[in-house]
Amino acid sequence: MEDLYLGKTNYKVIGQRPIRHDGADKVTGKAIYTADLQLPNMAHGKLIRSPHAHAKIKRIDVSQALAVPGVLAVVTADDFPDLAEKIAMMGEAGAVNLQHLAGNCLAKDKVLYKGHAVAAVAAINTHVAEEAAKKIVVEYEPLPSVTWVLDAMKPDAPILHDDLRTDELGQKGDKPTNVSVHIAFEQGNPAEGFKQAEIIVEREFRTASVHQGYIEPHAAVAMWNEDGRLKIWTATQGSFTCRQQTAELLQIPVSQVLVVPCEIGGGFGGKIAVYLEPVAALLSRKCGRPVKMTMQRAEVFEGTGPTPGSYMRVKLGAKKDGTLVAGEAWLAYDCGAFPGGMIGPGSMCVFSCYDIPHARVDGYDVLNNKPKVQAYRAPGSTQAAFATEQVIDELALQLKLDPIEIRLKNAAKEGTRRVDGPVYPRIGFIETLEAARNSEHWKSPLTGKNRGRGIASGFWFNIGGASSCSASVMEDGTVSLIEGSTDIGGTRTSIAMQLAETLGITSDDVRPQVADTDSVGYTFLTGGSRVTFATGLAAYKLGLDLQAQMRDRAARLWKCSVDEVQVEDGTYSYKDQKLTFKELAAKLAQSALEPVVGRSSVNPEGSTNGFATHIADVEVDPETGKVTILRYTAIQDAGKAIHPSYVEGQMQGGAVQGIGWAMNEEYFFDKNDQMRNASFLDYRMPTCLDVPMIETIIVEVPNPGHPFGVRGVGEAPIVPPPAAMANAIQRATGIRFTDLPMSPPKVWKALQK
Amino acid sequence: MAKKTVVSSTINGSSTEFLCEPRQSLLEVLRDTLHLTGSKEGCNNGNCGACTVLMDGKPVLSCLVLGVEAEGAKIETVESLAKNGQLAPVQQCFLEGAALQCGICTPGFLMATKALLEKFPQPTEHDIRFHLANNLCRCTGYDKIVKSVQACATAVR
Repeated sequence: MEDLYLGKTNYKVIGQRPIRHDGADKVTGKAIYTADLQLPNMAHGKLIRSPHAHAKIKRIDVSQALAVPGVLAVVTADDFPDLAEKIAMMGEAGAVNLQHLAGNCLAKDKVLYKGHAVAAVAAINTHVAEEAAKKIVVEYEPLPSVTWVLDAMKPDAPILHDDLRTDELGQKGDKPTNVSVHIAFEQGNPAEGFKQAEIIVEREFRTASVHQGYIEPHAAVAMWNEDGRLKIWTATQGSFTCRQQTAELLQIPVSQVLVVPCEIGGGFGGKIAVYLEPVAALLSRKCGRPVKMTMQRAEVFEGTGPTPGSYMRVKLGAKKDGTLVAGEAWLAYDCGAFPGGMIGPGSMCVFSCYDIPHARVDGYDVLNNKPKVQAYRAPGSTQAAFATEQVIDELALQLKLDPIEIRLKNAAKEGTRRVDGPVYPRIGFIETLEAARNSEHWKSPLTGKNRGRGIASGFWFNIGGASSCSASVMEDGTVSLIEGSTDIGGTRTSIAMQLAETLGITSDDVRPQVADTDSVGYTFLTGGSRVTFATGLAAYKLGLDLQAQMRDRAARLWKCSVDEVQVEDGTYSYKDQKLTFKELAAKLAQSALEPVVGRSSVNPEGSTNGFATHIADVEVDPETGKVTILRYTAIQDAGKAIHPSYVEGQMQGGAVQGIGWAMNEEYFFDKNDQMRNASFLDYRMPTCLDVPMIETIIVEVPNPGHPFGVRGVGEAPIVPPPAAMANAIQRATGIRFTDLPMSPPKVWKALQK
Repeated sequence: MAKKTVVSSTINGSSTEFLCEPRQSLLEVLRDTLHLTGSKEGCNNGNCGACTVLMDGKPVLSCLVLGVEAEGAKIETVESLAKNGQLAPVQQCFLEGAALQCGICTPGFLMATKALLEKFPQPTEHDIRFHLANNLCRCTGYDKIVKSVQACATAVR
């Protein structure tokens, strides 16, 4: 990668804050999201969902629904083809068993959680579809259910999948269980390590299920044509992964499926798995019309992916000077109704900020009667950091050390080996801690009753993965850029800026477009903090391709050799002849030379690493238990901030999501394991009145694996907030809160003791 | 299916007649009947603010207003903000301030902001947060939205 490194810092485009290319569309209401689509002769689909957390499906009778005037088709799990044990890779969500994926779209034989989809109706409009859906008769035999992760691990727990056996460190178990996997990582000799410790702190932690909470509910339109071609418009984080999942679930070649990504109203990891697309496709095939399906908000909460609820035990041993010598973590994360949760990354992240010579991590992936968990921004890492960052804080308190100093003393750096194996290349964790220490926030005194300041850090990978781009040079010297990465938060612009910088033109002279799956090369999903990094790398290579072609055309115009054409900052010259990119493009359009069309594809291996450190000041009201945030600062290593405003936006948005986990957000289940707060009123995500301005400090330690030094920034900022808030509340009250969320009733109760 | 009634109202400055079932919300009418899809449905029960429009100058959640209630009313949606090919100041401020990421909540925020600034031309930070607390944004953390509203208040002044 060294040969790609530009190594310059006097960028013309990178680091600027241009207005995003899709901005005018978005502020005028012209941008087209999936639910905005209206196709000729379009039908509307509606799902019916299980009222039980766990039940056998004894009988489904759709006859009354089909008799409703205006109903066009009904489908159930029987309409899916038989799927032999088949696995598909789905990025952060990992390897997915297709039978399970189909079973999550439409339940077969058993419903596994309240809200599990059972059947779907297509009708001439939504209201008719809703009326008809109510007339589908499903006879259930209710079964005992379980939603708390430790209860689900008990030997006498209700079993969700009779055929599931624990993968115990690679060995399959011999009896039915809800524990799908036990993984472990170890380095050094933990037992010996703890013997060297002069102080040991061990604590238990619990976190609730939390939803990604994107404002746009899931939506999809499918049109299965008579020629066998299936066209899907959808809100997805990955049009190619959506195409693959849908094609495999329906057992048709990927070439028969075209996915058109619409604008997407938030995802945060929750719009990777398919829910509606295959069902809308089946309905469309049955009724011969395009079918639109959109979820209601309660369906989003009850039927799509939260992040795992967890139980964690973390133990750290240190010398009196604060040097960590040993660590042990025992993590049980629920994965909901189907195996394949976030325990892998959780286990990798639990000690990832620190250099711990002797450590062991045990992780358990546990099924229970909740919706199947999905990736949610740094999946698994926020839970783990909630535990580790509080134990570190406790060590600092007991050893009377400054919480930044103890982190600096043990901070992971280049050469540190993570417990799960990899050795860090150049990373910027220490720099975030130093920036925290030097910040106005940290240096300002915090006084007043019931107030406290907390700090916490967090880690997330930036995954690589395949990305493709293509482009053509237009005669006015602008460049059309076609990319396959769906744009959730402004990445069209961060990609276009990298192409512009490479070509020596302005960001506005690049016209980025997210294309459908037939119009651009394979591109892996928008997730894993990978788009600005990996698709940005593709844009850079595309720029080099275009530049080489422009140079070739210039040489032919000037009748010299390519080597004789000099290129500097977008100006092409030979002897006393000189043309800017735009002038050259105009000349080429009038010449008989071939048009300039470029393409690139990359698949960077391995991942780079992002670190964040957050500082929170809080005030706790002893009479109500309400925690008010007085000041909040997010610090993060961005490698190189391509568009600083949107890097700040990621940091601020991630921080506030994490504050939501910390303060209020949770799935609240009643004794029948029914979610009782499946609305935005009762599932309290932060409003702007709940949070202050989120100050940001961008640290830039270039990633050696990227020409501009980019590290993806989307995920790390959600990792530190719950721990930072808990550490702040500890300073304010003297009480350590180990359960999320730290909602007013819990805080108030603890204060009464 | 109940019978449809004719409703007459002024929508984005034009007098408009539409047919509407009694059970249809104003949001549904705007989006599905009139094809004004700028107003978004995030929750359909009045908790997210993405469907905020102005009804006789006041912000309302169009998912909680029935279509038939629009009889005789003046409705303004996000589609009314830009005029003669020019963005309104509030739109420009949101763009310059990077006050949107995915953009789904943006139309609602813009309409709520318009109403806010008409009531409080020089709002404090608390005024802004208090009056926009009905609009959820999951992407931005609100910082850049609040700052953009402040910038807009200054620019308009």
